[in-house]
This record gives sequence, structure tokens and C-alpha cells, in this order.
Amino acid sequence: MLIKIISNFSRFFVLIFVQVLILNNIELGGYVNPYVYVLFIILLPVEIPGGLLILFSFFIGLGVDMFSNSMGLHAASSVFIAFFRPFLLKRIAPREGYESEVSFGVKKMGMQWFVTYASIMVLIHHFVLFFLEIFRFEEFFSTLLRMFLSALVTMALIMLSQFVFYRSGK
Amino acid sequence: MRNLIIFLWKHLFFILFLLFEGLSVFLIFENSNFHRANMINSANSVSGSILQTMLGAREYIHLRETNDALAIENAELRSKLASSFYVDSAGKSTINDSLHIQKYIFIAAKVINNSTNKRNNYLTIDKGSLHGLAPEMGVVNSDGVVGIVKDVSDHYATVISLLHKDSKISVKLKKNDYFGSLVWDGGSPSEGSLQYIPKHVILSKGDTIVTSSFSRIFPEGILCGVVTEFELNPGDNFYTAKIKLSVDFSNLTQIYLVDNLMKKEQIKLEEATENAN
Repeated sequence: MLIKIISNFSRFFVLIFVQVLILNNIELGGYVNPYVYVLFIILLPVEIPGGLLILFSFFIGLGVDMFSNSMGLHAASSVFIAFFRPFLLKRIAPREGYESEVSFGVKKMGMQWFVTYASIMVLIHHFVLFFLEIFRFEEFFSTLLRMFLSALVTMALIMLSQFVFYRSGK
Repeated sequence: MRNLIIFLWKHLFFILFLLFEGLSVFLIFENSNFHRANMINSANSVSGSILQTMLGAREYIHLRETNDALAIENAELRSKLASSFYVDSAGKSTINDSLHIQKYIFIAAKVINNSTNKRNNYLTIDKGSLHGLAPEMGVVNSDGVVGIVKDVSDHYATVISLLHKDSKISVKLKKNDYFGSLVWDGGSPSEGSLQYIPKHVILSKGDTIVTSSFSRIFPEGILCGVVTEFELNPGDNFYTAKIKLSVDFSNLTQIYLVDNLMKKEQIKLEEATENAN
């Protein structure tokens, strides 16, 4: 339990720093801008109370916002997927339900499940983020393209991190 | 009350979501003018387009004032051109120091009356002595030399157009600085003639004619026209050349008056020299 709290907290800070120090400086042709900090929300344990889920998501979004001069933008999209997460988890739950204290890793939940779960979360997050950012529908398709490409890169980085850091499983 | 608390507790997740999402969105709009402006625009796209149309109409109505302001600004800018300055350094000095004194100033004016079809044409302009105009000031527009001020009243001035039998402007060939006189022989308002270019000068079609430095009225180097035809009659010492005037006299609106601030000094000096002989 304590280990879980510590690992989640350290993930919180590590992801914020990776996001603002490295990934925010990546802009491939103005199209691709990965937001890997979503991984924190994705990996929060299943038994976390809803209030804490939203609170943590708000704070990681705000943390990224503070460094990217986009007050509230990331917070809004993070809170949105935090709200969405329980419904999604219920929808794609394995038949026997989640074991308590399970961690949502590739090793534990299986490749297919994790990719489905993570990519839905990432897509929703990016959708909210990109459209809140431009705040109009005139450039709908170019924004959509931007969003999909960024989501692709985000997903690739998330999968990469899964294989690099959680290779040992458990 | 108890029911309310139970309700709140049951829907705590949703309420927290609304609270934090609301807070985030509030932060977005509070911190970004861009989003605020967009909110206003997109929320009122109908009223926005109406306002846009009204703005367009208002801009059109104010075109005249805008034009005047721009013309005045242009006059100011022309006054700052290098050719408007008199280089105030000793002749021997090769260092061109920043010692410049203003020699010419430009005043913007509009043509309110004009003719091109007579032998002697005059212009009337909408500025007068109250604006600092005086007889014998030069008149130019953005294309070149227009004429010379003749009479001045409080608010108006008349200008001897270049299309006048008495107008004679000291000009030079831009390429080699040989000077001559530009006159108008009547006929086409776009054609003048160039006199007193000596026959040893190699003249060719397309040579540019600009005002010379001999004039007390115009700054040096203002465009006058381009040579279109020339001939050297046997026994003459000078070419007779036809010039395509650079100014379109049938379409004159915005002009600038040139005031030579050192004219008096120059005239006084030259008169003193002549009287002494």
C-alpha cells in the first residue's frame, strides 16, 4: 500500500518534469506534441476514491499548466478524463472484474486490454485539450489531424515506458 | 437537509468533477485574453458580423480624413529624406559628418482646380498663406514636378502648371548631369521638350530627366520625365528633345509644396555679388 502511494507520487513528479522539460519542447512540424503525463491518470490504482482521482488529475494538469503558460487547459482535460475513467473501466472490465490492488500495467492486464484502455484515455484527453486550445471549429480537420498524430506519439511513448520501466511485471 | 447531504455524498464524484472542470475552465478564460476574445466572438457571431460591416462603412466614410493624415505624414517623411537636407560640412572635408541642416520642407495639399487643355494652365490648391505657402514655392507630387506657386491667398494658392508657356524648369540628365531646361510647347499634356542640351552630349531614348541642383525651388533629383525622341538639326548647337512627362496632369489630386528654407539667403548672396559688379 505504502509502496503504491510512493510510486504514484514519484510518478506524478517525474511525469510533470518529463513533460515540461522534454516533451513540451518537441514540436515536429507544428503537428506533433505528445502529452505523456496522462500516463499518471491512466496508471492510478483502480480502488482510488473518485474524489482523489479528480483531485490528483486536477493537480497534475495544473502542474503542467504552470510550466506551459496555459493556465487551466491541461487541468480541464485531465479532470475530464479522470471523470470519464471509472465509466471506461467499468465498460472494459475483464469478466471476473478487477483484482483489488491491481496495477494497470501491460504485464498484469495484458497487451490488448492496456492498449485499448490507454488509447481511449489518450484520445479523449487530446481531443479535449486540442479543441479547448484552439476553441473554434473552423480548423476542425487540421486540429483533428494534429490531435491524432500527437495521440499516436503519446501512445508510442507510453508503450515504450511500459516496456522499459515495468519489464519485471509485478 | 439530511437528504441533501446524502444526495451530495452520493454524487460526490460528479460534483467534484463539475467543480474542478469549472475551476479549470475559469482559469483558462481568466488567464487568456485570446480565449476571452474568442468566447465573445463565437458567442456573438451574428452581432460580430454586423459590427464588422458597420466598421467597414465607418472606415469608408472616414477615408478622407485618413487620406489627409497619410498625406501629412508623407510630407513629414519627405522632409526627412536625405535630399531635403543641406550638407553643412566644409568643402574640403571628405568626412560626411552628421551635420545636416534642414533645407527643404514639404507641405501636403490637394488640387481643387486644374486644367490641361489651354496653352497656359493653372492649378488651384487648398492651402494658402495660413499654412505657410508663399509665391515661388515648388509643387511636386509622388511622380515628379508639377509646377510653381504663383499667387497665395489665406486659404488657397494658384500654381503655374508645368503646362504653361512661362514655366521653365532647370533639369539635368540623370546619367551624366548635363543640364538643360524643361519647357512645354503646348499640345499634349504628357509631352514636354528639353532644351539646351549641348550637341556633344550622347543622348539616347529613355534617358531620365531630373531637376538640377541649380534650381532654387526644387530639391535636386526630382523626376521630370523620360526622353522619347530627339534630333540635332544641322547648324544647331543644342538638341531638341521630346520628353514624356512623369506626372499625369489630367489626374492630379495629392501634391506637395516644397519650401526652400535657404532660398532667401541664396538670393541675397547672389544679388550682392551681381550688384558688386
